[in-house]
Amino acid sequence: MLNRRTLLTSFCAGGAMTLIDGEAAPPVAAEPARRFRIWDGHSHLEATPGDTPEQRMEVLIRCADRLGIERLILSQGYASDDHPTPDGLREENDRVLRAVRQFPERAYGSVYLSPSFPEFSLQEFDRCVRDGPMVGIGELQTDKRCNAPEMDAIVERAISMQAPILQHTWLNARGNGEGESTPYDLVELARRHPRANFICGHTGGDWERGIRIIRETKNISADMAGFDPTSGVVEMAVRELGPQRVVYGSDVGGRSFASQLAKVIGADIPDSAKELVLGGNLRRLLTPILRAKGLQA
Amino acid sequence: MIDTNTYLSRWPFRRLVGDETPDFVARLRKRNVAQAWAGSFDGILHKDIAGVNARLAADCRTYGKDFLVPFGSVNPTLPDWREDVRRCREEHKMPGIRLHPNYHGYQLADPVFAELLHLAAEQRLIVQLAVSMEDVRTQSVLARVPPVDLSALPEVVKNTPGARLVLLNWRPGVDEPEQLRSLATAGPIYFDIATVEGIEGIARLVEHLQPERILFGSNYPLFYFESALLKMRESGLSASRQQMLFEGNARRLLA
Repeated sequence: MLNRRTLLTSFCAGGAMTLIDGEAAPPVAAEPARRFRIWDGHSHLEATPGDTPEQRMEVLIRCADRLGIERLILSQGYASDDHPTPDGLREENDRVLRAVRQFPERAYGSVYLSPSFPEFSLQEFDRCVRDGPMVGIGELQTDKRCNAPEMDAIVERAISMQAPILQHTWLNARGNGEGESTPYDLVELARRHPRANFICGHTGGDWERGIRIIRETKNISADMAGFDPTSGVVEMAVRELGPQRVVYGSDVGGRSFASQLAKVIGADIPDSAKELVLGGNLRRLLTPILRAKGLQA
Repeated sequence: MIDTNTYLSRWPFRRLVGDETPDFVARLRKRNVAQAWAGSFDGILHKDIAGVNARLAADCRTYGKDFLVPFGSVNPTLPDWREDVRRCREEHKMPGIRLHPNYHGYQLADPVFAELLHLAAEQRLIVQLAVSMEDVRTQSVLARVPPVDLSALPEVVKNTPGARLVLLNWRPGVDEPEQLRSLATAGPIYFDIATVEGIEGIARLVEHLQPERILFGSNYPLFYFESALLKMRESGLSASRQQMLFEGNARRLLA
């Protein structure tokens, strides 16, 4: 079955770092993104050229610079494993810590946990978030759906630090993968924890359904990352959820920054709404934990 | 800038910003597009293809003379489809046609596809073949249409001298770089960028393809136009490469 990773990565295996032509690249047409403060709430090191997390991060920052993206929230994905063991989770988080350490002004890390290993996940949260530099949880994409009771303790930890949770979701017309969460699962979890802030990864992919599913659950925001730049998605999300509940993310490196940024830059919504979607909302969600860590939004 | 992948009329499953032709033209002009190669969404599901193409030609004349370049639809499973090819060329003066084999229910290995490609080559028509329209994971239950299987295409192209083929929205149908190279070496096959993905995706595509074979195409208005535009920016191409992709390659193909 196609899933996000197999669909997007086959042209993207690491390798040559010298991808840019020798000539200086001039500006391409207009520069519509430059007038906004853009934070990308959903990024990975997967499918990006480079043999180390630091090399891959250099590529991401180079591309972010070209598009005026100020900051990335970076999480797992280097190994493309949807069935991570505790060792795998720790490795993923260590890679993110290395990448972010190299660009502290440009990226924050977000911890990878799994309800399949609840005790380990709590320890890993403490290591990476409570006692470390990370500022959020997720993207969570594991072999257990997020409505599982084992998620409750993880969410309580997030509430204790006011850390937002990015949960992968899909509504795959061909059937979800084993343990793959849907927006329905996330609604179930979010209603059990009304004090937590959730971001619905990909808004289910099938966004016309995903937006309706999360509409009445106010502590869930809609993530615009990681699906085709189909016209109308941001307009519908802003109309149905309000501009305060829609969050830009890219899902690089499987996706481009560009195709996902286009959903917001190209949307027929006011600039004030674009400002919120492109970064204002994410900064608002992160402000408590950033302040607690002595960091600026 | 020439956008080689746009559609007029209505997408069957959603109203789109820009799906009224005057608005479509105004929005693309505002984005510095100098010319748009336009097919019709109607050509995907309608059986009265002759009517679809007549409307497309009229819309292009009325709202976008010298801006909209019509590419008529041909469905070779319909009776007397050769007459549609003739009308596209002779009556509507179209430079090319657009195919949707997965929606029209034929394979590229079917003899009728080879016949169609030969006929187009004889008529000096560019053939645009849309490999996909939507992510299969998000399609309506009423229209689960996988990408076109391209495995037979290299052989057909090799056997069709003079064919000029453009693959639109091809990325979901080409999973490996080897498949891409196989297509590119089979003959004059061009590739648009609407569904090219990944970090610096177009710069990486240039590693696998001659840049002369890559065309700027947005899949507007089904996709946000800015997706193709910003992908060009993200890829950091040189000025000369940008010019080729934005315009030069398309102008040469159309000449």
